[in-house]
Amino acid sequence: MSKKIYDVIIVGGGPAGLAAAVGAKKAGAENVLIVERDISLGGILEQCIHPGFGLKTFGEELTGPEYARRYIKEVLDLGVEYKLGTMVLEVGDHSVTGVNQKDGLFVAEGKSIILAMGCRERTRGAIMTPGTRPAGVYTAGAAQRLINRQNMMVGKKVVILGSGDIGMIMARRMTLEGAKVLAVAEIMDYTAGLTRNRVQCLEDFGIPLLLSHTIVEIKGNKRVEGVVIAEVDPATKKPIEGTEKLYECDTLLLSCGLIPENELSKAAEIKLNRITSGPEVNQFMQTNKPYVFACGNVVHVNDLADNVSEESERAGKYAALYAAGKLTQGKEIPTVPGTNVRYICPQRVCPEEPATLFFRAAAPQKNVTVKVLADDKEIFSKKLIKINPGEMEKVEVKPEQIAGAAAITINVI
Amino acid sequence: MKKTDIVIIGAGAVGSALARELSKYKLDVTVVEKNEDLGGDSSKSNSAIIHTGYDAKPGTLESQLVVAANPMYDKITEELDIPFKRIGALLPAFTQEQFEQLPALKHKAMMNRVYDVEYRTGEQLLKMEPNLNPEVKGGLYIPRESIIDPFLLCIGLAENAADNGVHFLLGTKCTGIKVEEGAVTTVQTTAGDIETKYVINAAGLYCDEVAGYVGKNDYYVTPRKGQFYILDKNTTCKVGMIILPIPTKVTKGKLMCPTMHGNMLVGPTAEDMLDKTDKSTNAEGLASIATDVRKMIPNVNLRDTITQYSGLRAQRNPEGLNIDVYDDLKGYVNISGVRSTGLTGSVAIAKYVVDLMIEGGMHAEFKTDFNPIRHGTPRFAEMTNEERATLIAKDPRYGNVICRCETVTEGQICDAIHRTLGARSVDGVKRRLRAGMGRCQGGFCGPRVIEILARELGITPEEVRKNDPGSEMLTGKGR
Repeated sequence: MSKKIYDVIIVGGGPAGLAAAVGAKKAGAENVLIVERDISLGGILEQCIHPGFGLKTFGEELTGPEYARRYIKEVLDLGVEYKLGTMVLEVGDHSVTGVNQKDGLFVAEGKSIILAMGCRERTRGAIMTPGTRPAGVYTAGAAQRLINRQNMMVGKKVVILGSGDIGMIMARRMTLEGAKVLAVAEIMDYTAGLTRNRVQCLEDFGIPLLLSHTIVEIKGNKRVEGVVIAEVDPATKKPIEGTEKLYECDTLLLSCGLIPENELSKAAEIKLNRITSGPEVNQFMQTNKPYVFACGNVVHVNDLADNVSEESERAGKYAALYAAGKLTQGKEIPTVPGTNVRYICPQRVCPEEPATLFFRAAAPQKNVTVKVLADDKEIFSKKLIKINPGEMEKVEVKPEQIAGAAAITINVI
Repeated sequence: MKKTDIVIIGAGAVGSALARELSKYKLDVTVVEKNEDLGGDSSKSNSAIIHTGYDAKPGTLESQLVVAANPMYDKITEELDIPFKRIGALLPAFTQEQFEQLPALKHKAMMNRVYDVEYRTGEQLLKMEPNLNPEVKGGLYIPRESIIDPFLLCIGLAENAADNGVHFLLGTKCTGIKVEEGAVTTVQTTAGDIETKYVINAAGLYCDEVAGYVGKNDYYVTPRKGQFYILDKNTTCKVGMIILPIPTKVTKGKLMCPTMHGNMLVGPTAEDMLDKTDKSTNAEGLASIATDVRKMIPNVNLRDTITQYSGLRAQRNPEGLNIDVYDDLKGYVNISGVRSTGLTGSVAIAKYVVDLMIEGGMHAEFKTDFNPIRHGTPRFAEMTNEERATLIAKDPRYGNVICRCETVTEGQICDAIHRTLGARSVDGVKRRLRAGMGRCQGGFCGPRVIEILARELGITPEEVRKNDPGSEMLTGKGR
């Protein structure tokens, strides 16, 4: 086993890990190591060949791989070390245990560690769709990898469950590759993902979006032969008897939510937030363990890679400062999700520094006012025409606004 | 035409155990299995428990064989490298009515010669299993009830049998049996005829159909469905032992127990069906599991489920384990009524059948070069870092982790594909290695496993199947 002491070790070389590496280097970290399990850097961006990335960061509309390459180039130029095809088995005390074909098993030591493992997808098993267990049931991301990285189509006649972004993107992708997408069923009465995807992937392609519908049965012995879609009661989300309709198809794609992949974090006793399923962090992206930082989808599921990059560069910067002994811990105050707010990230704020608070609404609402309170005092408010759980919002808070407060609350009214 | 001494129909637990037992003799043995992979039907979708036989019907053949089988597992699982653990079972009583059944159940255990069943008070039971419903009044402790990896049981038995010379014809269905002058002569299959001296019907769910080929179907088999939940290894409410409900006549009831690999198993239902191919799950059945198990383990969290499955028990009508040979039909052995304790009883059934055949005149000379040992594919997930480093140094493919959730490497996948009776499908890889059984259910490893299977089997990715023909994973290339 080999050992070397890095300033920053980053678990994951996707958009979060790459931006974190850039942030760390720019903040003066000398030895930065990215550990990536896939055969290339770029993470999930490598299979996101659709455009829409970089509008904020670069003022251009790029595809996922193009966006990744901007960061990969910088990472290489800045002299960041990286290991590919390497799985991290454990995040330990200022160390990371990894395994790959070349090095075998190794332990890398670092003054700070950044968790950037991203997400996995909610499965058919987790949502308990009854029926048979044939070939042809895939999560949308797995199908995306197969077509975009391995040039293999998973099916010809497709039904999609879930109007998450990946589901909608794959509805378009499969159609462009010659498959027939019969419908996207969504259990809620609103689109789960970005509005622009509903327009550009479903409406533009004439793919029906069935809100308040779900799949109640999968049929097919060896391969999917059909799925039964039923309407649900908007209040209880339970299927309404008598509304069942059989859709004959050979493929079911699931886009029913992303789950931050925190098995390593759990094992390392990092405190996770119950709502986000990700590590609880402060505005420096620092977890409950001072030397462990986290960024990207592993903290909370993001809609825009641009936001991930911004947040992750910040994580890298502060991890580097921590490694150099330049990050001072002050007393932290909690952020409190108030009316119609599902969660806020970061969960804690150091009042001495400014903070960007990202948050999601719990339910869609029109003509709202976002109010930010330091204890009982309103420090900021803005009006929005609409707010949607599928689209993350943010507000900025300054030290002078929150000095002396015990908590910061966000309400959407 | 192929010629063999013995044809075994079915490569589930019973067929695989028979194959291994018969491979100890200088006999030519051929196993015919309709599915593309080992494990039969019921043998790969059950509660993975090795029973003691404490609750069998005393005096029956089932009682005799299950009770005899249980102690055999320590040696067999060690020889064949099969995960197995004697974790013990509790049979708790929560109502006065259940409590009053305990003496009869204990006496039944004694009648079944399962002498090490003991009473425990409610207090003692709660100490042994803190997640029990605190209203538990008392119960029985059955120390030798155990858990096993049911897939590796069949695979281990079959691989060892094949290594010792048994021929396996997978994806081959028995379509008929020819009888001439009161003796079996030929087994007809979808892959041609096999001339044989003996035929052993170990076809489980379909044993009535096979018996029908020789006019010995004085019984019929209906499928009794059992649905299960599998819970995440990190589920909030876990049990450390097999928690059994007081059994009824129809079913052992819905239990909760750990699996060999750290998940929780909850179920099964008992639903009489007509269609032997219907292995679907349904909402009502799954909901009934929740209701029943919560009576025993109130905090069981079924929302932590990672998957559900359903298996079909082979319910014999009339009921009961029967192993028959016939004066008017030489060479034919009928095994029927293997249900609920089939996995357990398999190794004893095999010994019993071979003994029966020898008593009936089969000439069976013991092999001096029989090798009882099977080394399974290395289990990377269970190794120390030192062991892992050594393994990777020998074969770097063990350094390439393919299944993140269960930590399964490319080296293991290649080994599982290329060994005797190796994996040839996604499910084949899954059952041998657990790749795809984790919480992401193949979302991450799936595309990679397809790639590796295609490469190692020398087939196109479109030809890679989930299991049997018709279950192809992909429909073609991109445009």
